Amino acid sequence: MAKITFDGIEVEVPDGTTILNAARQIGGGVVPPAMCYYTPLKGTGGKCRACLVRVAAGSAKDPRPMPKLVASCITTVQDGMVVENTTSQQVMDVRKGIVEMLLINHPLDCPVCDQAGECDLQDFAFEHGVSTTRYEEERRTFEKIDIGPLIQLHMTRCILCYRCVYTADQLTPERVHGVLGRGDASEIGTYIENIIDNEFSGNVIDVCPVGALTDKTFRFKQRVWFTKPVNAHRDCENEKCCGKVTLWYKGKDVLRVTARKDQYGEVKEWICNTCRFDKKETSDWVLEGPAHINRASVISANHYELPVINPQVLADLPESTTRELERNPPLRLGGING
Amino acid sequence: MGRKLLTEHINVEGIDTFDVYRKHGGYRSVEKALKTMTPDEVVEEVKKSGLRGRGGAGFPTGMKWSFLAKPEGVPRYLVCNADESEPGTFKDRQLMSKLPHLLIEGMITGSYALGARTSYIYIRGELLYVLRILEKAIAEAYAAGFLGENILGSGYSLDLHVHPGAGAYICGEETALLESLEGKRGNPRNKPPFPAVQGLYARPTVVNNVETIAAVVPIVNEGGDEYAKLGVGKSTGTKLISACGHLNKPGIYEIELGVPVEEFIYSDEYCGGIWKGRDLKAVVAGGSSVPILPKELILKTAAGENRLMTYESLSDGGFITGTMLGSGGFIAMDETTCIVKNTWNFSRFYHHESCGQCSPCREGTGWLEKVLHRLEHGHGSMHDIDLIVSVAKQIEGNTICPLGEAAAWPVAAAVRHFRHEFEWHVTNPKEATAPGAAYRGAAVLA
Repeated sequence: MAKITFDGIEVEVPDGTTILNAARQIGGGVVPPAMCYYTPLKGTGGKCRACLVRVAAGSAKDPRPMPKLVASCITTVQDGMVVENTTSQQVMDVRKGIVEMLLINHPLDCPVCDQAGECDLQDFAFEHGVSTTRYEEERRTFEKIDIGPLIQLHMTRCILCYRCVYTADQLTPERVHGVLGRGDASEIGTYIENIIDNEFSGNVIDVCPVGALTDKTFRFKQRVWFTKPVNAHRDCENEKCCGKVTLWYKGKDVLRVTARKDQYGEVKEWICNTCRFDKKETSDWVLEGPAHINRASVISANHYELPVINPQVLADLPESTTRELERNPPLRLGGING
Repeated sequence: MGRKLLTEHINVEGIDTFDVYRKHGGYRSVEKALKTMTPDEVVEEVKKSGLRGRGGAGFPTGMKWSFLAKPEGVPRYLVCNADESEPGTFKDRQLMSKLPHLLIEGMITGSYALGARTSYIYIRGELLYVLRILEKAIAEAYAAGFLGENILGSGYSLDLHVHPGAGAYICGEETALLESLEGKRGNPRNKPPFPAVQGLYARPTVVNNVETIAAVVPIVNEGGDEYAKLGVGKSTGTKLISACGHLNKPGIYEIELGVPVEEFIYSDEYCGGIWKGRDLKAVVAGGSSVPILPKELILKTAAGENRLMTYESLSDGGFITGTMLGSGGFIAMDETTCIVKNTWNFSRFYHHESCGQCSPCREGTGWLEKVLHRLEHGHGSMHDIDLIVSVAKQIEGNTICPLGEAAAWPVAAAVRHFRHEFEWHVTNPKEATAPGAAYRGAAVLA
């Protein structure tokens, strides 16, 4: 076990845990954002640089600070490590820079993007970005590509997190999905516009943090915040499929089916394409009840219980964070106008 | 003129063949190491020599070698980084094409020291003719019994392979090189784990520059202490400098570390001064990624001392008034050079060569290039000058590998020392974009 201090909060985690996962054990506002790291996928992380933190003391044995900011998703903890995230101005400034870099070539077409409302980049930019841009040049654009009849790739929106590459690599036996090109001209692709013909290919839609990979059976059907997520399961014939899903209802209609995501947007158990694309009747499923959606999410606005902040959590936070929360509350009680 | 340890016989007719090379004392280090020394003794000699990595970072080679993990029953590898592609650096190409056996000899001795049974030379894809030269030389070494099973009856066996890249600058970064060598896309790896623990095929690996490996030959032949007598302080031995730009005698020079920069530029023994009798404006001392310095600061440090061609002296003053020895790509620019255009040109290179894996570098290098393009062509604003400094700062230190820094440093240094010239491009766009125009005002020295 290793004991670390993260933003002034002590936490004890098993050796080999990454700083990010240690922070997730604390939870709440101190957790660094992650745009490319995805726990269930081996090898992800380190690419987007959104989760950079400052290590003020490397370990109890060697308490020197690390010379550069480190990616918390791939750096493992050492006993006695002291990490600064929200308490370090340097980290906050760098994070602002990362948002800017991710956005300069992003089309910002959220009004017509299916991911809007459940987009990691939206959340990240809202939380850490600025409202203006310094980028005057033309943005990078790509043609839309159909990879198979069910999935559409819109590279223009992609932030090259490589999550879908790892998903395709680790869930599907034949490797047709990868990165082509170099630098800011690199693109996700199936060579050449190949179909990912596999029962688990639909999972690339769920892992995509932005609207680059979308479900063609759901495209432009509905804004996600007008749909209601309900957990359900079925006895799937495919033994690799867990059969546990979230159904997104509009009225009585199931508009789309996704795998279940945890509070950090991660799918823990994969589902097959039959469950995702073909089973869109309530009678196909055993309903379990409303899916839990983060209270801060626009999806839960007007739907669920009023937000409650546990006073104990507040008491444990460092003073600077509490002050920040008071000045700039993450959510307002009673909806937008309240 | 100082001693030449690597290039003494470089102009001998037929030195690229085994017989001629052997006649001039070649492969003595292999005989000496394999017959009279243990691997650890070879590492010890390299440590004593104070040899520092010649690829750019200047990390002590002996220390790097002693960091190599040595678990039982697991193969180890020595990989030679011959992916030399930094603008301004062209020393390894010459060394390999003229003296292929020197590199092979160094690889054998080095592999013996590290206990590697298979070693690789990863060569830049564009150097196809050098690849052929090396392959021919390796075949000769196999035929002569210096490679293969049971070398010289010592019981030590080594296989050496040459592997060409596909022409990506990023594959000169050691972990990207290993990925590429494994047959994957050349993306740098996240560190740790470092190659010394998990390198090629997840085995302990040492990656060294061509010149570093070649330098092992004189170190073993003459002893580490003898090698350490050359040079100044912690910069020991000799270094190949590829001098280019507006010089009377551009070319590759093997210098003893410690030669004053002024002597290197102006003496007839080396570069012979600036061409056409012009004045020197600026120097990029170690390949395109190190900070550019104006004439006043490259000849003398901020404290007024003579600047020497050593790791320490060139980096005196940090990145405010100093630079780095880097890989030894010495680019001199005369008074007619446009620094803005030059900075844009470097930026264009890094934009093209960024692997696109991590966001600050992928997006930032393109942004820098576009803004610099605007400035150079007279469409920039004063605000753009601060913008590129800020973007460079956002990249620096926040990327997976040093390519981000390599892109950011030259921009930051150019604006630091030549801000007036950038401003001149904004205020006098017509004058500044005229063919052959160059700003002749003073540089900022601090």
